[in-house]
Amino acid sequence: MNTPNDFSTQFEPERYELRAGPTYHFGLPRRDFFKFLGGGIVIFCLRDSLLAGQEAGRVHRRPDESLPQDIAAWLHVNENGEVTVCTGKVEVGQNIRTSLTQAVAEELSVAPGSIHLLMGDTDRVPFDMGTFGSRTTPTMTPQLRRAASTAREALIGLAAEAWKVDPVKLIAANGAVTDPESQRTASYAELTKGRELAKAIPAEDSLTPPAQWKVMGKPLAKVTGRDIVMGRHRYPSDIKLPGMLYGKVLRPPAFDATLTSLDAHEAEAIPGVTVVHDGNFVGIAAPNPRVAASALAALHAAWQSPPQPSSDELFEYLKKNVEQGEDHNRHVTGSMEKGLADASQRLQQTYTVAYIAHAPLEPRAAVAEWRDGKVTVWTGTQRPFGVRGELAEAFRLTEDKVRVVMPDMGSGYGGKHTGEAAVESARLAQAARQPVKLVWTREEEFTWAYFRPAGVIEISAGVASDGAITAWEFHNYNSGSAAIGTLYNIPNQLIEFHPVKSPLRQGSYRSLAAAANHFARESFMDELAHLAKMDPLDFRLKNLTDARFRDALEAAAQKFGWGKAKPQPGHGFGIAGGFDKSGYVATCAEVAVDPASRQVRVLRVVTAFDCGAVVNPDQLRNQIEGANNMGIGGALFEAIQFANGRILNPHFAQYRVPRFSDAPAIEVVLIDRKDVPSAGAGETPIVGIAPATGNAIFAATGKRLRALPMAPKGV
Amino acid sequence: MSKVTELLINGVKYSVDVDAGASLLSVLRDDLDLVGSKYGCGEGQCGACTVLLGGAPRRSCITPVGDAASKPITTIEGLEKDGHLHPVQQAFLDEDVMQCGYCTSGMIMTSVGLLKVHPNPTEEEIAHYLEGHICRCGTYPRIVAAVRRAAKSLQEVRS
Repeated sequence: MNTPNDFSTQFEPERYELRAGPTYHFGLPRRDFFKFLGGGIVIFCLRDSLLAGQEAGRVHRRPDESLPQDIAAWLHVNENGEVTVCTGKVEVGQNIRTSLTQAVAEELSVAPGSIHLLMGDTDRVPFDMGTFGSRTTPTMTPQLRRAASTAREALIGLAAEAWKVDPVKLIAANGAVTDPESQRTASYAELTKGRELAKAIPAEDSLTPPAQWKVMGKPLAKVTGRDIVMGRHRYPSDIKLPGMLYGKVLRPPAFDATLTSLDAHEAEAIPGVTVVHDGNFVGIAAPNPRVAASALAALHAAWQSPPQPSSDELFEYLKKNVEQGEDHNRHVTGSMEKGLADASQRLQQTYTVAYIAHAPLEPRAAVAEWRDGKVTVWTGTQRPFGVRGELAEAFRLTEDKVRVVMPDMGSGYGGKHTGEAAVESARLAQAARQPVKLVWTREEEFTWAYFRPAGVIEISAGVASDGAITAWEFHNYNSGSAAIGTLYNIPNQLIEFHPVKSPLRQGSYRSLAAAANHFARESFMDELAHLAKMDPLDFRLKNLTDARFRDALEAAAQKFGWGKAKPQPGHGFGIAGGFDKSGYVATCAEVAVDPASRQVRVLRVVTAFDCGAVVNPDQLRNQIEGANNMGIGGALFEAIQFANGRILNPHFAQYRVPRFSDAPAIEVVLIDRKDVPSAGAGETPIVGIAPATGNAIFAATGKRLRALPMAPKGV
Repeated sequence: MSKVTELLINGVKYSVDVDAGASLLSVLRDDLDLVGSKYGCGEGQCGACTVLLGGAPRRSCITPVGDAASKPITTIEGLEKDGHLHPVQQAFLDEDVMQCGYCTSGMIMTSVGLLKVHPNPTEEEIAHYLEGHICRCGTYPRIVAAVRRAAKSLQEVRS
């Protein structure tokens, strides 16, 4: 759902690391399906386009043909009444395993404990592009709700048939169908016994309205919580196979390096060691990680690499290396000339954002096994099917010869869309003829993954004497176009995204460029407010009619006590807000600047968030708290330093991430809009913290910080 | 290099055959398949690998297994007793702390160590004690709340 002002979708997509997805061909015959899952009822969620075709009566399928090709997910109720849901979405810490379980429990009227989600196993679940863009809640949740609702109706139908009563008189509740008149009850297990019933979701469906939700809209604890606190959950890096070897990859000293010579004799002489040399790829497989490390150290290689830019010259480099612009990266309304002429005051500023690392606590990891010409890889990725495509391409296989399994992983934040470790472990396993596990070191993860794009953002604007913004020009170089548009009512606008040949490998990061664009826009709004001699909240409201954005700003301000209390000396209050991925956010922050050390500490944060009807308030709060804490890193001190193709700070001792002492007291205000479809919440809550913090630093010190990170060494 | 042949982990004697200089984390995970202790950095900077050595929290990734051979080792797998979670484990569930959960076992082990020497820590003391741990998901406030909750429930058990 886009607001009229949200034209970001017309802009160039900024998921630089993504390639076109493989064409999906799903051809599992119906018989095999029940052999794999057992008897019972299967409900298919068709892709939206196919659902539309079905509505128009174009899809005709004879019974016993192979299953529909274009399936988004399926749901199976087996003969024990257990529910298995297969989806290509994956669990990376955003707790969708829990929220999707709630969606199914709600519509199927079963206990969450009887539902198992099979996620991200490419041989077992239907194709999915990947888990990114906060898409699970707006797309997969309704799909699974419809499937669960269809299953419930099918179960009611079975009971009605057996009891020879009108199905509308029957009730499904607590995993059973009941006839209130005759008091007869049959559990789902009883109803599915001996059945092999496959159904697609009908075009017409009835979902429980949010006001009547019993399971959704309420807290449900993380469904895998007990396994995690006991250390029993197996993350990708925990997978172990019989006879498995341990891999290591020889990394070049710099990006874009070419291997000019390799002496592997010493390494090859170590018992049990396989050395793989294939073009620029050099790797080791060994019986245990210690031997693998010694063998790696025994390799003697020479590399040649071209001269490359450094972080010291980054922003000049970005401005100088703009790629040919395209029309769709430019948005114009009205006339800047007229807008500036109407203004009584004008302002122009430049903001910059550094490259930062996702640094998921679990680095890239994969275990690969070849059997009869087919490779299976267990790995941590947000795009199991994308990684399947990478493997198929790398080994010249058809996709049915590749299986990717994605155990719930140690987070990603947009940083694990790719399958580097999967391809590397598969190459090693192919050569060693045994399964190989490869876990990247922290240094490898900091160096050879991809980064949140750096960028330069230039804004100029004019303000009339009454505080109305009359003109707005916004140029983003390289960081991306997500949330580049403004929700403020400005008659004359010129907004443009300028792609740049990035000096580092870059890709998605939680909220994409929405964090960078909000930092620049909401910092600049603060500067304009001061120029217009208006309170920053009043100034925003003066230029804003979007009701949901106004509500978010006012809710955050009220909870924070904006305009009521004065900050004590050395402290400052800041406010910022915005809109992205169908969610509205506003954040107020209080910072303290230490008079001696000049270090900045964020003391208190209030975030108000509206993402439509809330699916799980407690998990949503957790996401918002976490987004703020993570965002403090990018706001204040995280930055990748690099020179000549090398990362200079690839360790947690050198690359500072937020720790306990950085975490502020966080209050969350949930604006639960039961009348609006639920939007995702993993990303957008991160966009407010950087500008709110910067604006608070200005309030505390009079110093305007326009570069992210703002205060790596204090103000 | 000298060899380590026996380790006492969670009250169980394990036979191993590893160089004394190997990291305890690698031996736990790769030789014994006790994978609850996590690799996060290998440099003692993130705390995901924390175990108790003689009851005190130690970074197993930078602890040579030789240093651990003479002391009882407790890992996350050894906290639960007869189907009952340790109060710190239970508190992490009750506060619904986890997002990805990858840092959780290390956080729990250090918190168990903290509550042994400091049964009633303030929020500031908890944050200070856990400063060497990283939760990239940013669940810090919930972790502090969970340790407070665990401290209370341990005190109730004692009194």
